[in-house]
Amino acid sequence: MSILEVEGMDAHHGLLHAVRGVSLSVARGETLALVGANGAGKTTLLRTIAGSHPATLGRILYDGTDVTSLPAYLRVRRGITLVPEGRRLFPDLTLEENLLVAGRTGRKGDWNVERLYKTFPMLARLRKKRAATLSGGEQQATAIGRALMTNPGVLLIDEASLGLAPVAVDLIYESLAAVVATGMTLVLVEQDVGRALGVASHVACMLEGRIVLEGPAAKVTREQVVDAYFGLGAATPA
Amino acid sequence: MSAAASAVRVQRWTPLSIVATCVGTVLLAALAFGPVVFGANTIDKLTELFVYVILAAMWNALAGYAGLVSVGQQAFFGLGGYATIQLTQHGVNVFLALALAGLAVAAVSLPTSLVVLWLRGGEFAIAMWVVAEVFHLLVNLDHSVHGVTGTSLTALNHYDPTDRRRYTYWLALGMMSGLLAAVFFLLRGRLGPSMQAIRDDEQAAGSVGVRVLRTKLVVFVLAAAGCGAAGAIWLAGQLTYQPNSYFSIQWTAYMLFMTLVGGLATFEGPIIGALIFFFIQDRFGTHGVWYLVGLGAVAILCALLLPRGLWGTIEDKFGIRLLPVGYRLRRRDS
Amino acid sequence: MIWVNQIVQGVLLGGFYALLATGLSLMFGVMRIINLAHGDLAVVGAFLVWWLHDRGLSVGVSLVIMLPVLALVGVVLQRVLLERSLRAGVLMPLLTTFGLAIVIQNLLFEKFGADIRSVDIGSLAFDGWRVTDQIYVGKLPVLIFGVALALLGALQFFLSRLPLGRAMRATAQDPETAELVGINARGVYLCAAAIAVATAGLAGAFLAMRATFDAYAGPTLLIFAFEAVVIGRIGSLWGTLVGGVSIGVAQTIGAQLNPQWSILAGHLVFLAVLAARLTVSGVWARGGFKAAVGIRS
Repeated sequence: MSILEVEGMDAHHGLLHAVRGVSLSVARGETLALVGANGAGKTTLLRTIAGSHPATLGRILYDGTDVTSLPAYLRVRRGITLVPEGRRLFPDLTLEENLLVAGRTGRKGDWNVERLYKTFPMLARLRKKRAATLSGGEQQATAIGRALMTNPGVLLIDEASLGLAPVAVDLIYESLAAVVATGMTLVLVEQDVGRALGVASHVACMLEGRIVLEGPAAKVTREQVVDAYFGLGAATPA
Repeated sequence: MSAAASAVRVQRWTPLSIVATCVGTVLLAALAFGPVVFGANTIDKLTELFVYVILAAMWNALAGYAGLVSVGQQAFFGLGGYATIQLTQHGVNVFLALALAGLAVAAVSLPTSLVVLWLRGGEFAIAMWVVAEVFHLLVNLDHSVHGVTGTSLTALNHYDPTDRRRYTYWLALGMMSGLLAAVFFLLRGRLGPSMQAIRDDEQAAGSVGVRVLRTKLVVFVLAAAGCGAAGAIWLAGQLTYQPNSYFSIQWTAYMLFMTLVGGLATFEGPIIGALIFFFIQDRFGTHGVWYLVGLGAVAILCALLLPRGLWGTIEDKFGIRLLPVGYRLRRRDS
Repeated sequence: MIWVNQIVQGVLLGGFYALLATGLSLMFGVMRIINLAHGDLAVVGAFLVWWLHDRGLSVGVSLVIMLPVLALVGVVLQRVLLERSLRAGVLMPLLTTFGLAIVIQNLLFEKFGADIRSVDIGSLAFDGWRVTDQIYVGKLPVLIFGVALALLGALQFFLSRLPLGRAMRATAQDPETAELVGINARGVYLCAAAIAVATAGLAGAFLAMRATFDAYAGPTLLIFAFEAVVIGRIGSLWGTLVGGVSIGVAQTIGAQLNPQWSILAGHLVFLAVLAARLTVSGVWARGGFKAAVGIRS
């Protein structure tokens, strides 16, 4: 059974129709890469799944239960956690406080502060630093760690590589690989198609609010993705 | 120019707004003949109404258009009365003093702005309140004002009551018309959109070249002058000046009520709010405490349920703009 | 020596102001709301304690009953009025809390009349220690100062060490992201409102003990609280202590010069600090008032 199911989702920004009739199914342990150009609706889709943004139409099912009417913080307690675009750490809290503030969802799981410091070794020595003073890569690692503290069933990550130096991105993706190896289900929005395909088991491409290509990463060629990304030719859903 | 842009034109006057403006102007002119037609009581009441309109319009200009919520405009109201007293005590003709009071208050508002205009939101609101308290306390220190018991505008006694009434009425009508016209032209000019841009997002406004501080200063000084003029006229009607009453926070309560109920950030709103307030004051004003409770409660309910006020809601529902202070985009084919 | 006494009295008075300002600071720090009814809520606390005491309960018990009642008032206020006001825009809470202040003042007047009241605490009202010939330190002011210190300390501990306090700080900085990590932002706000109004009530109760109050005492209290918050820097809890003491000392020294100048002195110090701070923060560095206003010289 899929752990996350989106049915016929519509979302608007005022008059702008950002997400049009999107349906998705994510199986347990899967890593779904959501790619697409700027403005395709990827961030809006993730935010709507997480509960930050209202859905105009459609349903979201977590582990078979309808969570569409739940506010964001209750969805976290069910198991859907989003690492928002731009990291959004709490600037005046220390790194460790950022982690601790998220760990109070009452969900059972393996993730705690010690395990996080093992998975993201660079963070341990920074624990007492104010979050606003961390570098981009350190902030991104902290943001992912903070989300992991909620012991999610599905981890949504929006643009993990945005604004980071390639070296930092490498480190992030190494840690992500470790997270995936634990069996975590991941939905990753990523502009860097190469990176996304490198870590994902499945891929979906969005264009102007719709999903125009989806399928297992192994079966989808790079050319197909590029075509779908730019809206060229006919993209075939697998 | 793109095809889309030339398919649309900007319209400032609509047939409705031309009619409305004409009617308004004719009404104001007709009111000038008031003393000929109306009895003494009506003249007094109208003078009172004019003061309310001025106060509402000024508070609306500050809060509704420029985003400056002031909980201390009574500072200038009280100062207007005080300026009148001071001027007459120094030999100025009483009606000239009444006319000049607003300017005197405007002058005081300039150094005041140096302290408060850099503040925003709640800080500005309460800083203005502190300023009002400071003015109140300073005026109380002036012995010629006799503290709590107050003093009288004795210079008015030189005039026959009928004449006094008329001159006060005309002065009030003139002030009100002048101030309303000032706000009208301000809104139609460059300052109108500037003010509203500041109200909506100060930083963004600054980044597109709006002179934020200068715009705020213009509105601040205008509102101060208006409230000062209102205070002077009120004194002419009441004859006595007690600082406690003129510097009372009650005046802000009234201004708040009038603008919220009438419609914040509309031109017509404050006028309607003043009318409503005047009628309520006339009928229920003697009911003491419950009257004030009612006023406060209605203001709260209005803020929560009808945030655009009476006129604002009407404007939204029917899409009408009576007076041409805004812009309309029309397609060329319509 | 008389000046030292005035300063001592001013510092102790400052403790009271800091207590009064704490709720205002908390509500602004967490929810960005300036509650213009804050002073009136303190007066509600004062009246409640007075009323219970009048019915025969001891002052201590009255206080203990008042605190949760006012905390509940804070919760209801946040839920019914402030939440909606905030959604309508940043200016709306100013307008609605001002309307609320007027309603509270006049309802209190309706119920309790114009009489000036006080709560009788027996000898505690004038007991004290004579430190020197000219310096007399009252027990009640010291108690109030102590309570203020304890409360600020407890709040600081709560915010930095306890999970709910951390959640409160996180929500204050970024409510949307707080929700994304499982924090119930609305619940946090209710909690903050409860603490804010309860501490206001506590300050009101102390006002009733150390001085007099009446239905219209709210606005004066609000101004002092606000002055303390701004001087001490918005968002800083210990800052409100600094601010409170500044106002307190300004008032007592002003009173020594001339009894009529006491309150005025506080206001003038406030405005002076404001002007100085804005000057230092670079108004002049950016070309001064003329440049800021756009006048070409």
